[in-house]
Amino acid sequence: MDLSVINPILLFAALMSAATPILLAATGELVVERAGVLNLGVEGMMILGAICGFAIAVETGSPIIGFVAAAAGGAVLSLLFAFLTQITLANQVASGLALTLFGLGLSALLGQGYVGIKPPRLPDINFGFLAEIPVIGPVVFSHDPILYFGIGLVAAVWATLKYTRVGLVLRAVGENHDAAHALGYKVVRIRTLAIMFGGACAGMGGAYISLIRVPQWTEGMTAGVGWIALALVVFASWKPWRVLLGAYLFGGITQLQLNLQGAGVAIPVEYLAMSPYLITIVVLVILSADKSAAPGSLGRTFHASH
Amino acid sequence: MTPLLSLKGLTKAYPGVVANDDVSLEINPGEVHSLLGENGAGKSTLVKMIYGLVKPDHGEMKMNGVAYAPSEPRAARGSGVGMVFQHFSLFDALSVAENIALGMENAPKLTALSEQIRKVSDTYGLPLAPDRIVGDLSAGERQRVEIIRCLLQEPKLLIMDEPTSVLTPQEVDILFQTLRKLSAEGTAILYISHKLEEIRSLCDSATILRLGKVVGTCVPRETTAREMAEMMVGKVLGTPTRAGVTLGEIVLEVSALSLPSPSAFGMPLREVSIQLRKGEILGVGGVAGNGQDELLAALSGELLSPAGSIKMRNEDIGHLGPNARRAIGLLAAPEERLGHAAAPDMSLTENAMLTGAARQNLERNGFLNWPAARGFAEKIIEAFDVRTPGPGNAARSLSGGNLQKFVIGREVLQRPDVLVVNQPTWGVDASAAAAIRQSLLDLAGKGAAVIVISQDLDELMEISDHFAALNEGRLSEPCSTDGLSVEQIGLMMGGAHGMEVAHV
Repeated sequence: MDLSVINPILLFAALMSAATPILLAATGELVVERAGVLNLGVEGMMILGAICGFAIAVETGSPIIGFVAAAAGGAVLSLLFAFLTQITLANQVASGLALTLFGLGLSALLGQGYVGIKPPRLPDINFGFLAEIPVIGPVVFSHDPILYFGIGLVAAVWATLKYTRVGLVLRAVGENHDAAHALGYKVVRIRTLAIMFGGACAGMGGAYISLIRVPQWTEGMTAGVGWIALALVVFASWKPWRVLLGAYLFGGITQLQLNLQGAGVAIPVEYLAMSPYLITIVVLVILSADKSAAPGSLGRTFHASH
Repeated sequence: MTPLLSLKGLTKAYPGVVANDDVSLEINPGEVHSLLGENGAGKSTLVKMIYGLVKPDHGEMKMNGVAYAPSEPRAARGSGVGMVFQHFSLFDALSVAENIALGMENAPKLTALSEQIRKVSDTYGLPLAPDRIVGDLSAGERQRVEIIRCLLQEPKLLIMDEPTSVLTPQEVDILFQTLRKLSAEGTAILYISHKLEEIRSLCDSATILRLGKVVGTCVPRETTAREMAEMMVGKVLGTPTRAGVTLGEIVLEVSALSLPSPSAFGMPLREVSIQLRKGEILGVGGVAGNGQDELLAALSGELLSPAGSIKMRNEDIGHLGPNARRAIGLLAAPEERLGHAAAPDMSLTENAMLTGAARQNLERNGFLNWPAARGFAEKIIEAFDVRTPGPGNAARSLSGGNLQKFVIGREVLQRPDVLVVNQPTWGVDASAAAAIRQSLLDLAGKGAAVIVISQDLDELMEISDHFAALNEGRLSEPCSTDGLSVEQIGLMMGGAHGMEVAHV
């Protein structure tokens, strides 16, 4: 075993990249849940985003257009969920699970012609001399634009929820939909928009896997990241910065255990592979001990009675 | 004078029921107008139309002589109509200022809004800190949030739906002073309440609805509460009566019972002591959330108690669960009708089986005797005049008052030795409430002991022999209800929570 092969700088740089798919999906789901909707279809929207982004990037040659298509694909799939839960008042848990299964199947169908192809690469942003700074340069200033977009998105979601009227109305709808309705807010419309936002974010998260993390398409390649994102939202007590922390923790331990495997540590690989899930959950459980309550109307069906 | 608001021929029908049929009324600026009626008389539908939540099928509304047809609450608020809801439309996890901002058009920044909230709360004697989280406030304080939310819009018409049902007498006084001040400044108030004495002291005029129709108007100050009640129900009401009381030996004894609350926002019981005699009705008053639910749970057996703290006929029953307590004659009917006292989606027969199995011999060796349960349900329906097509109907399909009669009847007909009821007539109309009270009196007359937990002080004064108040989980020393004044009761209930009477 030789731990010296692990380069902490590369580890940190890779951690940010590994965390981005979860971060994007979890931030989107956070907004959905703050609006009082529990969408368990994150995995399905991610995998659909992964294939939409991959296919469009290959066809157009532009990864950025690919990401836009991924967001659109995720949002369109989430509209199906919005229709089921907000219009036909179907059960949110069952609809979300169905959405995941549907997304996995649909993406496999769409992706049949794309196995084994290499997508166009999204270049890293050139920060010029900033990237030359020792340690900070390679860790902070050597990434693709989507990664920075993810961090910016967390900040934007946080500020919107905390400081703007739109954010206040969204929280109000999630907290008590009957009261929000009585005050004249359009519960169904607000929730539908939140669900679409969540779908778009999940789609982009999926495309980040297929275009940047593992630049290729394989069936079911999101491999449960959507479920981790869902758990992250709960353990982060529905707070955006904690989602960032949780995503980086998870991404960091994932990278670390890969490096440890590479270094030949004498622990069975299965234990190492389990560790990111266990440690992330333990840390976030400790963090969520302050009992920040879930949005009051989370997962409850809203029916405007007169 | 042009009336501020005039309604002419308003009609609104829902499938199977006409909620409002040709309703007309007029409200002048500064007038306090009361809307009276039993449950289902159409009061809520009417105010929802004024507030833009429901559109009328026919009829017209005029505001200051100009046609008024709000398409949504926003439009109604824009025209100067504010509404304080019966079930508070507040968001527990948000602060007072955020809650108020949600109810306003063009809300200013939170800091500026907080300043305005302080100003209005000073002017009208309604103390309120803008940065507190609403979930931590008392019922009276929550109501102040709603009122201030309306006042900040400078309404010309303020609609209040059952505003006093959760307040202590002192808090009611403060509210009335605020409302009188508003009315003197020219704000009209449309006031909905079941409490007729309040209406007599506050309102200038009243419109009475029955089954969606206006059946009369009156000047409340010149009409007795009884006359108004009879106009509401359309028949002569009987007053609950009971034969002379002779209290027997002690059947239930609770000594210095302290219990933590099972819920995070609940109230622990602190050193509660009760001695209940045969034939006695003990009324337990107090503002909601002061330990009522916990007291009921401790007595019914949902919460287990330490050894020796609850005794029935001198035997320790603290460790017994609800079914074991039912078997020895201690029954309970909790407040929450749907979900606690009755399973909403199960039929009345099934609900009768749920609590009646042990005492009515509806179960043998684990097998259920459904014909007998059905018979028991039918007996309840008949004896308590529950209006339903039959015992096969789901509990959810009954109106609140009818389900309440069923729930109380189910326990009363099991011949309890001790019956504990929480809010037996909450949200029940006058005639059904009178029937329920009479059944409790009859039960006590036959030698059972009854504990009635209620927030309706008039009800407690009417039926109970002794009164005690719950305040912060402590039960006051019970005293005889003869000659007990409202002021004394208010003090027992802990007065107005953390506030002085406003000097306005």
